Amino acid sequence: MQSAFAHAIELIVTGDREVIAIALTSLRFALSSVGIAALISIPLGVLLHFNRFRMKRAVVAVLNALMALPTVVVGLLVFSLISRSGPLGQLNMLFSPAGVILGQVILASPILISLVFSGLSRMDSRFHETLITLGAKQRDVLIASLVEGRFVIISAILAGFGRVIGEVGVSMMLGGNIRWYTRTMTTSIALETSKGEFELGLALGMILMIIALAVNGIIHSLVKSDA
Amino acid sequence: MKKIILVLGILLLAGGMVFAGGAQEAVEVEQSAGEEAVEAPENPRVKLATTTSTDNSGLLAYLLPKFTEATGYKVDVIAVGTGAALELGEKGDVDVVLVHARAKEDAFVSDGYGVNRKDVMHNDFVLLGPPSDPAGIADAESAAEALTIISENQSDFVSRGDNSGTHFKEQNLWKEAGTTPSGNWYKEAGQGMGAVITMTNNMQGYTLADRGTFIAMRNKIDLEVLFEGDPVLFNPYGIIAVDPDRHPHVNYDGAMALVNWITGKEGQQLIADFRMDGDQLFHPDAM
Repeated sequence: MQSAFAHAIELIVTGDREVIAIALTSLRFALSSVGIAALISIPLGVLLHFNRFRMKRAVVAVLNALMALPTVVVGLLVFSLISRSGPLGQLNMLFSPAGVILGQVILASPILISLVFSGLSRMDSRFHETLITLGAKQRDVLIASLVEGRFVIISAILAGFGRVIGEVGVSMMLGGNIRWYTRTMTTSIALETSKGEFELGLALGMILMIIALAVNGIIHSLVKSDA
Repeated sequence: MKKIILVLGILLLAGGMVFAGGAQEAVEVEQSAGEEAVEAPENPRVKLATTTSTDNSGLLAYLLPKFTEATGYKVDVIAVGTGAALELGEKGDVDVVLVHARAKEDAFVSDGYGVNRKDVMHNDFVLLGPPSDPAGIADAESAAEALTIISENQSDFVSRGDNSGTHFKEQNLWKEAGTTPSGNWYKEAGQGMGAVITMTNNMQGYTLADRGTFIAMRNKIDLEVLFEGDPVLFNPYGIIAVDPDRHPHVNYDGAMALVNWITGKEGQQLIADFRMDGDQLFHPDAM
């Protein structure tokens, strides 16, 4: 096991081509899906916060429940959707990056919507009232809330990123773990461990943690310099 | 204040594209090595559903780059069990299947899902167990008898349990032995060949494996071939293109390029040359 560890570090330090390609594939999937999820979810979270409607509590409850949706369930649902025999079969998305990204968008969106919504709800309600008494229009209130709530939005995006970069169910079922194409860090770790090859798995595990740390570090330093 | 949102936007969107480009580039560089001679076909991606044994043994990683070099097609390998691979073929989610369960393969063709089935290669199944062979299967007369001994001793036995070709073979052997395995000693893993060998090694139990994957993994495990040689353990692999009449969208040209190459002179010779520590893992059948 110790030599596996040493070999893993060697793979990272020497920049093994396959390790790098796999890490980049993971990042590409996670960044694309979180980016798309953010475009959909942030407006929805804001809308949810600013609108009153019947069943709002139910919607929030469902969103909270969806945050815990098992990745394999999402994988299965999307699989049956994009398989050739499914309704979206024509698009040829199964076992391709598009399939994985679609699954990951579905995984990340409930988290983003929920966290944006609950974060905005926790903001001081006097903030809005003050804005309105100062003569702010609806649009100004919206923009001001987004600016004021930027930390909430950032941490929601981070949580979404954490959910998708570390998941294996969707990537495995929808991507098929195809070498040089849809093999991500997590599916690769699962494969290598099953083959008894711990070195590559360990190396990728370490990179996964380094990326998670780096992304959090970058965002935190941005937040700090901004405040 | 807007700076941070701007930076975030760049991070997420533009960053995503840069990574997309970067990863794609790395992949292209990797795959285009030595490919210049052949013009890329119109539809260069071929999806192959296959068994975990061909993938876990390292055979495909060794063969497919040479196929790409010869024809320009890139093969996307989806390694699952034989049952799942045939299912993907039936639904039209892949273009070609490489599997090992003859009865199921024939049904796949006769039911109109596949065309041009060809024999590719064979090896054999072996019963693996701890070197001390606590149940004592080494002297069994047949594979069925060996399984009977394991069940009578209630020694740990790890079953693939995943409708793979190896699992089908194991079920037939139990049938032959006249035993329905059940109990704590019988563990249905539901995983691929490599994972099941790793599990068996950790439990120091018994399992049925194909010889190719065993040879590929034997340096990392403390298991031995305890029973082999029964003709019933013959393990032939066949390749089948998905019927383009049923699924017009499949890459039939790519599928047939792979079928013809792997059963052709170059593919067969490469299979015969695929060795690990001097041992041949698969024996070509189409020469």
